[in-house]
Amino acid sequence: MEDGVKKFLYINRKAPYGTIYALEALEVVLIGAAFDQDVSLAFLDDGVFQLTKGQDTKEIGVKNFSPTFRALGDYEVTKLYVEKESLDERGLTADDLQEITYEDEDDDWAEKPSIIIVSRAEMADVMAGQDVILSF
Amino acid sequence: MATLHTVNKSPFATQTLLSCLGHAKAGDTVLLIEDGVYGAAGGTGLADAVAGLGGAVTLAVLAPDLKARGIDEGRLMDGVKTVDYAGFVELAASHDRTQNWL
Repeated sequence: MEDGVKKFLYINRKAPYGTIYALEALEVVLIGAAFDQDVSLAFLDDGVFQLTKGQDTKEIGVKNFSPTFRALGDYEVTKLYVEKESLDERGLTADDLQEITYEDEDDDWAEKPSIIIVSRAEMADVMAGQDVILSF
Repeated sequence: MATLHTVNKSPFATQTLLSCLGHAKAGDTVLLIEDGVYGAAGGTGLADAVAGLGGAVTLAVLAPDLKARGIDEGRLMDGVKTVDYAGFVELAASHDRTQNWL
């Protein structure tokens, strides 16, 4: 671990618009990104619905914040772990998720995917490897 | 004497939809709204519970909530009707009572 840098994991387990949790999580991630920590996001259970393509909230009168996930790379938030079992249980595949990428400054700014599909066991390892966990 | 049931919770997060389906009677309508609309998509374990109704209960879903969540109408389970806000009002008016499964 670099001096003063901790591993932060933001866990998202709620669908995007029925409650305020998902939007608040994203706000906290963006605020936390200013502190130069090692930030990861986890999406499991209904949290996987936050990343689906094609969201259009015009008719329900709330902000569609799903495009904001695509800006996370600019804040050096580049690890979005998505649990495969949670997708499967909801009839979703990785193709149903929006494409989220970042430019890797250590690799000539090559564009790389931010979404990492992991198994439930791998997600448990991701969780166990953190210094700080914030749940939404 | 039919009832309009509304369900606004994700069926993957709570048992609300299953409880509603278990109490709905022939001729009733179950309208999925807000996070409840996730229950209308096919390809999940819920299809069996819906098939168990044998068509005696009408399943409907509020289209603006579907669109907000990026669920294409082509992904809905067979037999699910979509309604707009005006359709929601018509359902409320055409049933004898409304029961909200919160």
